[in-house]
Order: sequence, then structure tokens, then C-alpha cells
Amino acid sequence: MATKGAVVLETRSLTMRFGGVVAVDNVDFELREGELRCLIGPNGAGKSTFFKCLTGQLLPTAGDVLIQDRSMLGEPPCRIAAAGIGVKTQTPSLFNGLTAREHIALAVERHHGRDTAAARIDEVIDRFNLGDLGRRLVGELAHGQRQRVEIAMVVAADPWLVLLDEPAAGMTHEEVDRMVALIHEINRNATMIIVEHDMQFIRMIGDQVTVFHQGAILIEDHVEVVLSDARVREVYLGA
Amino acid sequence: MDFVAVIILEVLYAIASLALISAGLAVVFGMMRVINLAHGEFLMLGGYAAIVSVRAGLNIYVAMLVVAPLVVGIIGLIIERCVIQFLYGRMLDTMLATWGLSLLLTGVVTMIFGNTTTGISTPIGGFAIGSYQASGYNIFIMLAGIAVIAVIFTVLKTTRLGLIARGAMQSADMASGLGHNPKRIYMVTFTLGAALSGLAGGILAPLTGLTPTSGGLYVSKAFITVISGGAAVVTGTVSSSALFGTLTQLTMLLSTPVWGDVAMLFAAIVLLRLLPRGITGRFFRRQV
Amino acid sequence: MPDSARNRHILVAAIGLLILFGLPVVVDLVTLLEISIYVVYAILGLSLGFIWGYGGILCFGQAAFFGLGAYTYAVTAINVGESTGPFLLAILLPLVFAALLGAMMFYGRISDVYMGVITLVVTLILFKFINSTANETWIVGKARLGGFNGIPAFPTLNVPGDPGALLDPEQFFYVAMVFLLLVYFGLHWLMTTRFGRVVVAIRENEVRAELLGYDIRLYKTAVFAIGGGIGGLAGALFANWGNFVSPGLFSLAQSATIIIWVIVGGLGTMIGPVVGAVLIQYITTLLGQQGVINNAFVLGGILVLFVLLLPKGLMPTLGQLLTRLRRAPRRPARRSAEQAEGGRDGH
Ligand SMILES: Nc1ncnc2c1ncn2[C@@H]1O[C@H](COP(=O)(O)OP(=O)(O)O)[C@@H](O)[C@H]1O
Ligand SMILES: [Mg+2]
Repeated sequence: MATKGAVVLETRSLTMRFGGVVAVDNVDFELREGELRCLIGPNGAGKSTFFKCLTGQLLPTAGDVLIQDRSMLGEPPCRIAAAGIGVKTQTPSLFNGLTAREHIALAVERHHGRDTAAARIDEVIDRFNLGDLGRRLVGELAHGQRQRVEIAMVVAADPWLVLLDEPAAGMTHEEVDRMVALIHEINRNATMIIVEHDMQFIRMIGDQVTVFHQGAILIEDHVEVVLSDARVREVYLGA
Repeated sequence: MDFVAVIILEVLYAIASLALISAGLAVVFGMMRVINLAHGEFLMLGGYAAIVSVRAGLNIYVAMLVVAPLVVGIIGLIIERCVIQFLYGRMLDTMLATWGLSLLLTGVVTMIFGNTTTGISTPIGGFAIGSYQASGYNIFIMLAGIAVIAVIFTVLKTTRLGLIARGAMQSADMASGLGHNPKRIYMVTFTLGAALSGLAGGILAPLTGLTPTSGGLYVSKAFITVISGGAAVVTGTVSSSALFGTLTQLTMLLSTPVWGDVAMLFAAIVLLRLLPRGITGRFFRRQV
Repeated sequence: MPDSARNRHILVAAIGLLILFGLPVVVDLVTLLEISIYVVYAILGLSLGFIWGYGGILCFGQAAFFGLGAYTYAVTAINVGESTGPFLLAILLPLVFAALLGAMMFYGRISDVYMGVITLVVTLILFKFINSTANETWIVGKARLGGFNGIPAFPTLNVPGDPGALLDPEQFFYVAMVFLLLVYFGLHWLMTTRFGRVVVAIRENEVRAELLGYDIRLYKTAVFAIGGGIGGLAGALFANWGNFVSPGLFSLAQSATIIIWVIVGGLGTMIGPVVGAVLIQYITTLLGQQGVINNAFVLGGILVLFVLLLPKGLMPTLGQLLTRLRRAPRRPARRSAEQAEGGRDGH
């Protein structure tokens, strides 16, 4: 999908300070329906902080966050998630004492009634090949399997907006390839923001890119343009 | 006029005794993030140490100001080595373990001294303000409270030990990187906190009869003062002692002691609901 | 339901029914009455075991709900003259009280430690308040609160609808035991529902649960309220057992005792708090029969040793040993309470 849908997510002068550190500095950002947007920038650029302001995990120091033209400022993460938004945090975050199936059930049951949920759970389990994980607790699974559970949980309830913070961190080449394919597949039905600092990965996704630097937006354009931009190279190689 | 003077004295006394009761707990909480629920028992032990020494013929001031902190400091050291050191960073477990210690110490003292009330009389007589009688010992407690707070402040602000302790509190890794063993620092801090509690227990011993369960009377007040004060040891203790001391004493004058306590507890709940990190979590952040 | 869980339920149910019907046959009435109090304590242990072990909420003031239930029963029974209404109220009032207190804490996003403080302080307030009502002016309807003297006598349980038909000690045992089984299996059932799954999810990872769209404040408040109601139930039964209530029910020592039952028996299991309550109360009774070693000394020592050496408690450790002989280890329970300390870091 191209960038011609309506604006579904917007920040206005969003600022987040931690003591003296300005992690997000006066950011105006717009995301249109159907977009697959990458947020890139070197470590410490403020991507995750910006991301957490969107998800309600952090209360911004100043500015506003609008989702579908409604201000979400001060809403707890559960309200924002319940509005149909799937979130994967940067650090892997699972329920170690539950099974893979229970994870999917938790995600699905939030939005589906009892009767439709069961079928939907089976569907997701099939789609993400989680059947083989059986009744083992997620805390006992290998890293790659855990990542599969996590991403399956994020999209299980068919969110219309999917926010992923570093989805490919710590993955092997093949896993990264599969993740890229998965992202494109998810994007067919959902608007997405992918936070990443690995340029290689961004190239593979190849769409609109927003570059963060020292808490502010440095440049916003198509991936090819951004990657050939001198300032971006400097930010990544220099500093 | 005399009446007002008496009331002011009463309020100041309430503030000072709260500060005394809380100081040891505040040091341990502020510096180490340890909530010591056996704190009341430390005070109780300080009281017993003072009483036993006086009975043995020691000068009462030596008993209160030297023996009590010494004995409780040593007990604190033993407890830190045997229990607390294994639980750093696990706040809830520490609370549970020290709650167990509080029961255990009460039990030990009951077995040694029996479940009876003991006490010593105050070494200072009263004096008259107009037609009112005021307690000279209350004045002594005010001075002691001020002295204890002043000493903590000076130690934290001006000595090497204080600097290292504050450093370790900010970042244990950094402190150890600079060659200071945070475990040693914590050990010393806990011992000094215990000694402070012992001192307070000794000084307060002549005021009320002491039983093995007396710690329970202190711990809730100290606990509330410290938690409401927040992480800054000196400013936190002083500000919340002032707040609660005034509140309790005035409520008490208007009704009964029970309502004084209840007012304090209620105020604490409201305060924590409004300022979840205590007074100094919100104001005076850069203070010690 | 996995087979192992089903087998365990069948085993517990069998033992429960055996005790329910067998014990009154084999022991005399005095012993049965003594055992009844263990049953009541087991229910009280379960109330905290649920809040703490499943909800991940450490409540330092479980005694508040216990005392509230006992006093509610005593006061209303004196006024009404029969037991059914007062008994229900003794569950309802602590439940509502816990819901309000819980809502205040969880919607205020107070961290674990401060939650400990607040529950402790609330218990202290109740204790001090009840303790100070010795004066004749403290009357609720026909009932004198009695302050530190407590309330010495009130109508005990009768057959519902027939105030004349008071239950005898044997019947009281049946009632208490049936309530214990109801609470035990009721809570187990609750944990298999969607609600239960969300509760465990919140205990395991608060932030993740919230990002899935679950309002953790609401769920925690509900868990707290249920635990409070069960605590109240135990209080009402306790009041009936001794036909006496006193401020000691609200005391910190009582709260500490409940915590010790749960930690000794084991967090994250339902059977743990039951075993813990029975075991610790048995030890306490034995200690009471001699005069040398102090009770508080032993209980305090047990608490310290368990926190240091066996923080999971007896039953989970036992379960682990058993499953290690067979299969994979069981789920962890209490670390998550601490990890969850800062759910939302913007304040
Ligand atoms: N909770 C926090 N407290 C203080 N500083 C923080 C916090 N979170 C992030 N920061 C700071 O904000 C800046 C941006 O961090 P982050 O958003 O994680 O960057 P990125 O995700 O782009 O690597 C960094 O300097 C980081 O140290
Ligand atoms: Mg990041």
C-alpha cells in the first residue's frame, strides 16, 4: 500500500525528558493508514523512548499523541492496546510460566468471545507453527522459539496497527529473512511501525523511513533516498 | 501565653522524638533501600541495654548514650552478616525476613527478661512555666533529636565515609569500580543505623515502661515517618517528623492519644496516595 | 486440564472427603473442635495464598479482613438474632472494603513496597480503633464494641431460616470443612477461567499483560477483593468457633502469622497455604504446652529461615522434587512480584 490513506497516528511536539537528558525532542510525526514505516537511528537516538510514548508506557513531558484523531495522552497502555494495537517491546517480554497456547489465548480472548476464540487460537498456532511447542512453558523454550511466540501473540488478535521495537534483534540470517517476509505479510492488513537500528534490515524492508538523531527527526523519506543521504551516513559512522 | 508555650514545647518534643525514633530506620532505608521491620525491636533492645546497665550500677547517661548504641550496633552487625547481606536488592524479601527477626528478637527478650514491664526513672526533674509543669527530660530529648540529625547530616555531607556511602547509594557498580566494596559499605551503614536505633531506644527508655513487645509501638511510627519522608535521609526525616509530630500532638491535645495515632496513620495513607515516593521524592530532591 | 493436575485434584478431594466424613467418627468432640480451628485457619491461609501467590500482591494486612469478618459477624448477629444474614455480610463487607482499598492502591499505581506499607498501616488503624472502643459510648445497634475486651458472646450459626436450631460442634466442623473444600476447589476452578489466566499473566509479566490490552488495575483489584472476602469468611467462622472476638484478630502478629503459613506452605499453590496453616498452628499448639521456648521466637525463626533458605516453601519444593523424578520443573511464583515494581515509568 502506498502512503495515501488517512493519518491514523500523529504526534505533536512530543517531548520526553529524563532529568537533563532530552530523549525525544519536539517531534512531529505522522503515520498514514497502510504504511510500513521504519524508525531508524543509532543507539540512544530516542527511538524506543518515542515508541514507549506511543504505547502509553511513558507519559511524555510535553506534546500530544493522537491515534485516529483522538488524544491518547495519559491513557494507560491497556487502553491503547485495547484500541486494536499490537506491540512488541525491545526487550523480549513473555509470560514465562505459561505455555505458548496460553499466550495466544490471552491475546485472542481480549478481543474475541468464547466461541470464536478457540478456532482463532488454533488458526494462529498453525500459522506460526507453534503446535510443536506443545504444553511446554515458554520460560523453557529456546530464543528463536520464544521470538516466534512473541510475534504470534502480538498479531494474534488482528491489530490494525502493529508497533515492533527491534523485531530482528539477535536473529540468524534465515530468521531475519523470515521476519522480513512476515512483516510484509502483516502489513497487508495492518499499518506498521518498525523500530530498528540495523541498516541491512531496513534495506530488506524497503519503504518509508524516519531517521532519529539525538531525539529529533533528522530526515524522512524513502529508504533509498535516506540511505544515500550524507547526514545519515555521518550519523551512523561518525559520532 | 504560658499555655501556648507549653503547647509549642509539646509539639517540638513530639517532632524530636519522632525524628529520634526514625533516624536509624531512615539511614538504612535511605542509604541501602532496606526496610527494616525489626527496627522497633532495635529500639526495644536499646532500652533493655540501658536499663540493665543502670541496674548494674552504671551512670545513666553512659548507659543510654554509650552502652545502648554499642550493644544494638553489635547486634545489628551480627544480623547484617547472618541475614540481611543475602537479601540486598530484594526489598520484599528483606521486609519479610526482618519481620521474622522482629518476632524472633521479641521472643528472645521474653525468654530472658520475662513478659513483664521494667523501667528506670528520668534523670532530670520538671520545671514550671507559669502555672504549668513541664518535663525537663523532654527538653533533653529535643536536644538529643537535634544532635542526632545534625550528626547524620555532617557525616553524610562532610566525611569520607558519608561521601562513599552516598556514592554507593547512587551506583553500587560505580563505587566498587572506584575500589570501594559496596558490601562493606552496606555492612557499616546497617551497623551504624542499628546503633542509632539503640541510642534512641536508650534515650526513650526512661519515659515509658518497657516490655518485650514495646518495639511494636515504635515501628509503625518510624516506618510511616521514613516512608512518607522518602529517600533523602535528613530532609525526609525532618520534614515528615515535623508534619506528623505536629499533627499527632495537636490531634492528641484536642481528643485522645488513640486519635492522635489514627490521624497520623490516615495522613500517611493520604500522603502516600498523593506522593507515592514520599515527600522528598517530590520536593527537596537534591538533598541528603 | 493436564492429567497430573487432575490426579492431584482427585487426591485432594479424596483426602478432603475422608476428613469430612471420617474424622467425626474416629475422634471425640473436643478434638474435633480443636481440628475445626485448623480448618478455619486453612481458609484464612488460602485467602492470602490466592492474593499473594496467584495475584502477586503481597498484603501485609490480611488480618484486617479476618478481623473485619469476625467483628461484622459478631455485631450483626447480636443485632439480628440469627446467623445467615450476618454470615453473608461478614463475607461481603471485607470484600467491599478490600475492593475499595485495592482500587485506591492499584489505580494509584503504588509500588509493591508501598502496598506493603499501606496494608500494614490500614491494619494498624483498625487495630487501634477497635482497641479504643472500650467505652460504653461505642455501640452499634444493640452491640457494644468492647474495645480491648472484645465481644464475649453473640448468637452462633443456626440452620438457615430457623434461628432456634443452633449448630453443635460436630455440625460446625462439617460447615467449616465444606467451606474449605468449596474455597479450595472454587479458587482452582477460577484459575482455569479466562479471568484466572489473565491473573497469572499479570503476575508473570505485568507490562506485557497491559500491552495486550488487559487493565491490570481492574484485575488486581478483583483478586484483592476476592481474597478479602475469603478472609472475611474465615473471620466469621472464627467468631463462631470461639463465640468470642477481640482486637487481637487485627494485630500485626496475626498478619505475620498468616504470611508465615503461606510462605512455609508455598506460594503459587493452593495446597501450600493449607498445609502451612495446619503445620504452623500445630507447632504453635505444641509450643503452647511447654513454657521454655517462646512462640514468637520459633515463628520468627521459621520466617527468617524460609526467606533465606527455602523461599519457595514446602509444597512447591516437594512438587519440584517429585516432578524432577518425572518431568520438567514447575512454574516460579514470587520473583515476579518484585520485577513488576515499576509497571509504567512515566511518573
Ligand atoms: N528510563 C530512562 N531514564 C533515563 N534515561 C533514559 C531512560 N530511557 C532512555 N533514556 C535515555 O534516553 C536516550 C534515548 O534512549 P532510547 O530511546 O532507548 O534510544 P534508542 O532506542 O534509540 O536506542 C538515551 O540517552 C537513554 O540513555
Ligand atoms: Mg531502543
